[in-house]
Amino acid sequence: MKETDIEWINERRDFIKKAALGVTVAACGSAVCGCSSNSKEEGEKVVLLSPDGELITVDSSHLHQVHKTVGVSTEEARKGIPGRKFVMVIDLAKCKNARNCVTACQKMHHLPEEKEWLQVSLMKDSPDAAPYWFPKTCFHCDNPPCVKVCPVDATFKRDDGLVLIDADRCIGCKFCMAACPYSTRVFNWSEPEMSEAVSCLEYSPETSVPARVGTVEKCDFCPDMARIGELPDCVTACPNGVFYFGDQNEDVVTNGDETIKFSDIIRERGGYRFAEELGTEPRVWYLPPVDRIFPVERGFDELPDTIKARFKDILEG
Amino acid sequence: MKITTSGSEVLRTFSPQIEHTSMREKVWITILLATIAFAGYALYLQITEGHGVTGMRDNVVWGIFIVNFMFLIGLSYAGAIISGLLILFKVSWGQPLIRLSQLMTLASVIVGPLFILLCVGRFDRLHYLFLYPRLQSPLTWDVLAVMTFLVGAVLFLYLGLIRDFAVYRDSNLKVSKWKHNLYRWLALGYVGNEAQKKTLNASINLLAIILIPVSIMVASILSWIFGMTLRPGWHSTIFGPYFVLGAIYSGVGLLIIITWYTRRVYKLEKYITPKHFDYLAYMMLVLACGYGYFTFSEYFTSWYGSEKWDNELIEKLFSPHEYGWWTFFANLAGVVIPIIFAAIPKLRKPDYLFVVAAIMVLAMWVKRYLIVVPTLETPLLPVQDTRMEYVHYSITWVEWALTFGGIALFFLIFTLAGKFITLIEVSDLKLKENEESINQ
Repeated sequence: MKETDIEWINERRDFIKKAALGVTVAACGSAVCGCSSNSKEEGEKVVLLSPDGELITVDSSHLHQVHKTVGVSTEEARKGIPGRKFVMVIDLAKCKNARNCVTACQKMHHLPEEKEWLQVSLMKDSPDAAPYWFPKTCFHCDNPPCVKVCPVDATFKRDDGLVLIDADRCIGCKFCMAACPYSTRVFNWSEPEMSEAVSCLEYSPETSVPARVGTVEKCDFCPDMARIGELPDCVTACPNGVFYFGDQNEDVVTNGDETIKFSDIIRERGGYRFAEELGTEPRVWYLPPVDRIFPVERGFDELPDTIKARFKDILEG
Repeated sequence: MKITTSGSEVLRTFSPQIEHTSMREKVWITILLATIAFAGYALYLQITEGHGVTGMRDNVVWGIFIVNFMFLIGLSYAGAIISGLLILFKVSWGQPLIRLSQLMTLASVIVGPLFILLCVGRFDRLHYLFLYPRLQSPLTWDVLAVMTFLVGAVLFLYLGLIRDFAVYRDSNLKVSKWKHNLYRWLALGYVGNEAQKKTLNASINLLAIILIPVSIMVASILSWIFGMTLRPGWHSTIFGPYFVLGAIYSGVGLLIIITWYTRRVYKLEKYITPKHFDYLAYMMLVLACGYGYFTFSEYFTSWYGSEKWDNELIEKLFSPHEYGWWTFFANLAGVVIPIIFAAIPKLRKPDYLFVVAAIMVLAMWVKRYLIVVPTLETPLLPVQDTRMEYVHYSITWVEWALTFGGIALFFLIFTLAGKFITLIEVSDLKLKENEESINQ
């Protein structure tokens, strides 16, 4: 087993799911092995199920938390998944700021706690308007202001609608961050903290992992998950089914529990895009916060004070 | 080489500087080098630790580095336009100012781009700008523009210097052998015969004709880095001409400062007279009015239209609790005071103008800061962050160190130029009427 890295999944639900499928035992590429060869002290033994259906015992020092998926090459990542036109629908009527999407995204992309590719803001459009929770991913605009201004083609628009970043190309000029009207992009202001196993992963614009110092990163709509036929983690992590992800060509979106026609839900529920007047043509649609399942105050339940403090202005105003 | 009497007088005035380095100069150069070395240490920190050592964060992604870039690059365009116009229109009084404004152009076009590089997170990938250029990006336009301009500015200064190098070569300047050889080599065998004169004048005029529109274009491109985005305070149709005017205006201010200083240090009262300051003040007056008008229409239209996003910015800029006092200073010292001092004859004195210009140039720097930072602090979506450094930009010592390093480098270029060339053109200087050239 020395030549083998085993994906280590903390979360119980995921563990059961994966165990049923057989734990993915990834054969270790030479680069990865070279990178992680300096062995740690031996720890406790862990029993796992191999892909062949056998129970195997491995030393926990051989286990690393690695990315769930393997990214495609940069050339492949620039083309996109053929025939797809990814779209997301976010149902504001269901959001209660559970923030599972935020943490799931951070876990998926090995982000530190303070770095949020997916943010949940408390919106209050005018003094008399009712406040509502507003989860915000990258909008993957069809007329992306960020892509226009990139001087080196590091951020690009794919045929399947996604806007991705090649962190190996990015020179870190931050022009895209200045150009994005939605404050979607974040910068690696210092050497990103990550485990050795993560830093050894092979980088792909589709996984956006591992992060690189001095480059820009953002929500990527998890195309690596789409390639293996799974939903982005924010979608599956949401306890209230707020996020629907799908394909506009097929006219279907799903939140994991229900699958609906994209055009129907937009028509019936009055779907809209944020700041349509900017002409950026986002690929993310919102369903207005009407007939809400939760009162907005529920969003403060179990919210740590540090995060509650973010909404001070709105709560006081 | 033939030289006019005033030319040879000026050469004699500058020769001590060229021939010897005084103790005072040595101290001055040491101070400048120390400042630059300290900036080098700050740069080392920025490279090794990442941009986290600056005050820039995810909302305010650009700080005073880009402010310095805009400011210096603006000055260099201004110098090219001013010297170009003085040459093209053969403005006789302008002769002693041409070299100074060309040097101002050169020094600022060398220092300015260093500051845009400081905004780049990955120095190791700078060559990607040429390997994978995308013409859609205003930043690519700017790279091309600044490089074109740099070449133009160096050539412009050099062409004007060829005649002078020939004079230095043939003069009895007591300089070391390598310096003399360098003069001879740089003079390209110029002896001042009719054919050479004609070619050189034609080249200088042609370059002036090219550089003036190039300066206007590149100043506009600089503005489009901001103007092409969708942000309030940036996304403005008048940004191109506004930047062009603002650049020339601050350039005239700096030229007044440099002229005053050079006149005083080298005792050039005979050649640079109060009349020169009068003319510079007239230029400052006209430009201040134009620049003030642009500023007014920029603020007035977005305030009157009062779109939500625009309004947030305007409130921030004019609120005394946020940027109100800075806006007040930028417009009072940057527009009102220069107009008063340039318009009233009693106040239009070299010493007053020097002080007014110094404050005005500072105000123009603050104005650039007010263009960059408040807009970045006003994104469309509310900033809901408890990390204060992500909400408000504050300048760190690393940024100050690099800024002062840049200023020191600017002065160093000027100082070293003064050790090597005369800061006023000597070869063709005609300050008195009907002045004839004589053999020196």
